[in-house]
Amino acid sequence: MDIPLLTFPKGGVHPEESKALTAHSETEIMPVPDEVDILLNQHFGAPCTPLVKKKDAVREGDLIGEMEHGLGANTHASVTGTVKNIGTAPHPISVTAPSVTIQTDPEAGPRVYEPTDWARFSREELLARVKNAGIVGVGGAGFPTHVKLAPPPEAKVDMLILNGAECEPYLTTDHRAMLEHPDQIIEGAKIILAILGITECHVGIERNKSDAIEAMKKAADDAAPGGYHIHVDALKVKYPQGSEKQLIQSITGRRVPGFGLPFDVAVIVQNVGTAKAIYDAVVLDKPLYEKVITVSGKGIQRPANIQVKIGTRVRDIVSYLGGTKPDLAKVVLGGPMMGFAISDLDVPVTKTTSGVLFLADDEVDASDHGQCIRCGWCLDACPMGLSPNEVGVYVEAGRAGDTAQFGVFECFECGCCAFVCPAKRPLVQFIRLAKRKAKK
Amino acid sequence: MENNGDTKTGSRLWTVSVSPHVKSGESVEKIMWTVVGCLVPPLILSVFVFGFQTLLITLVSVASCVATETISQKLLHRPVTVKDGSAVITGMLLAYVIPPGVPYWMPILGGVMSIYVAKHLLGGIGFNIFNPALIGRAFLVATFPVAMTSAWLAPLHGASIFKYMGSGVDAVTTATPLFVLKHYGISGLIQKFGSLSSMYGSLFVGWRPGCIGETSALLLLLGGLYLIYKGYITWHVPVSMIVTVGFLTWVFGGGRLFTGQPLIAVLSGGIALGAFFMATDYVTSPTQKTAKLLFGTCIGALTVLIRLKGGYPEGVCYAILLMNPLTPAFEQWFKPKRFAPQKGAVK
Repeated sequence: MDIPLLTFPKGGVHPEESKALTAHSETEIMPVPDEVDILLNQHFGAPCTPLVKKKDAVREGDLIGEMEHGLGANTHASVTGTVKNIGTAPHPISVTAPSVTIQTDPEAGPRVYEPTDWARFSREELLARVKNAGIVGVGGAGFPTHVKLAPPPEAKVDMLILNGAECEPYLTTDHRAMLEHPDQIIEGAKIILAILGITECHVGIERNKSDAIEAMKKAADDAAPGGYHIHVDALKVKYPQGSEKQLIQSITGRRVPGFGLPFDVAVIVQNVGTAKAIYDAVVLDKPLYEKVITVSGKGIQRPANIQVKIGTRVRDIVSYLGGTKPDLAKVVLGGPMMGFAISDLDVPVTKTTSGVLFLADDEVDASDHGQCIRCGWCLDACPMGLSPNEVGVYVEAGRAGDTAQFGVFECFECGCCAFVCPAKRPLVQFIRLAKRKAKK
Repeated sequence: MENNGDTKTGSRLWTVSVSPHVKSGESVEKIMWTVVGCLVPPLILSVFVFGFQTLLITLVSVASCVATETISQKLLHRPVTVKDGSAVITGMLLAYVIPPGVPYWMPILGGVMSIYVAKHLLGGIGFNIFNPALIGRAFLVATFPVAMTSAWLAPLHGASIFKYMGSGVDAVTTATPLFVLKHYGISGLIQKFGSLSSMYGSLFVGWRPGCIGETSALLLLLGGLYLIYKGYITWHVPVSMIVTVGFLTWVFGGGRLFTGQPLIAVLSGGIALGAFFMATDYVTSPTQKTAKLLFGTCIGALTVLIRLKGGYPEGVCYAILLMNPLTPAFEQWFKPKRFAPQKGAVK
């Protein structure tokens, strides 16, 4: 009965999952905050050009930022109200980012969307709906989805992989989405298959979410087949199972070449959350302006999975969930392995925010780092077969420019090396520095 | 009390640092102090085998290493990391590879050599080229050749553990099993232990002449297995080293080919101590599995070569020291397999 769990062969780590804090909390809808800061660069690519002016009245779902040319994605108003300012908002990576601040009209009710039958749409119409809705890969990278779904013709994609691994500790948004909206995710998968003109889809889910595996299997079985083959694959619980290259290897055995993309091995990967967003965009004609996030950690009074308006400030989320606890040591946007620590609660939620973690003293390791003792554990942990130990030693010796030989440009900063390092060396930080200084 | 969560006005500041924000529970301290723990049982046994002075020699050695580490790091303007336990390990290992009948002050000099010269002058933990404890031993052998090669004590066999305290070294010296084997053959060795079974039993448990911490294959094996179970070391170096010593001794160690005594070879001298606790030292041994197997095999082969053809009865120390500086080369030759092949190379 037990089928062998799929996994990737090289490297990986087993951090404490810490998902029980929110895994069984049904997604709740947070009340609309008084103000939202909608960033204009929530995607991979250049920021949008704002389409609104100060004091303009906007409606929930209105287009407020657009890409004139180049890679990018549309940005929409997440609330009904008045544009208060076109300025900047704090950003976890770039410190500040261009944003549109909207003051909410408390009288305005939520906008209602009617479902439509998408089977009548052509491939171009489906793709246009995805593009108009401003959909990006919500799993983290924020790559514009309409670009990803239009691979070059020579790519010959034969398989769609839906990423439901959710291997980051604490985070449970994909888990909840698969439990609460399995039919919509499967429907979204079919829309993607229709756009790509293929029939085979694999949904990869880590074994620790057995209820989600069951729910997705049932949804896939219940859905009218329509010539599509949707399989649900149970994956071994091992971080970073949800990394694109590792997930493709786990499910297909194919290895994405260095500096290559999934379509080089005939695969397209989408997050289950993105599939849900595609369903909303195509079936409901609803743009991407709401996001389910996990708010967790021992430093917040009430951990929860909440649906928030994009642009909601972390500060408002904190007060909605009862405030923080005194032993709060670190606030992280995203998961604990790859997320960004923030110093300012005015940071707004974006399309790619998967969670906000309030980590208490006993959850983070703030100890100082020592010299590399050459235990080699990082070499065993690295899923890409790189040498983080050497990068660290080179960077400390002022030779960051000579680190390309250790594969720094293949590193996707999963953090396995720094997780296992007994000397607590900030290896990801060293590698980021090395990437800036090394010559490709 | 509720923290409003503002880094500027709140009651405390948050940490902002690069991911990952969670770490495994392991640390250098935990590894090193676990190794120290694994080294304690052979020390306790040595007190009953050779007497109370083995404990004193070990304490002097550890104190010397710890003091030297503190002073070295202060002199070199580096953070003092003596709490990480690595100097304690060096001190214990240094004492474990010297004979139990040496003067108490001798490990002081060895400790200074190990820690100041072999460790900190070369960059401190993670940068030393040679195993510090073995450099300390090699230094003592070169400086005090008579004491270091003759201060062997006969096991006490129930006598008071204070029997050898204060007595002169010459009065009590005996010969190690390897010395007897080299000069009087297997029959001489069996005669020394009374019977064949008593010989194997004594060698395995540790009731035989030898260096302070090297005699008990049993306790060293248990300690080594625990370190493997914890994931702190891997089996590759110890197994390849021990197998090589046994195999090559069987082939070349007898009067004719294939008549050597592999079991005696691996139970005597410093094989168990060297295989589990010295050849597995992180910085002076390779990280990749294939490299580890080759590294252990080379140490085993060099050990047998020195034992059979060299001037010393035992060769573990120099075999490891000869292989240590090759570690960077092994790291160059054996690298982790990169995930990503060249672009276009679809499986």
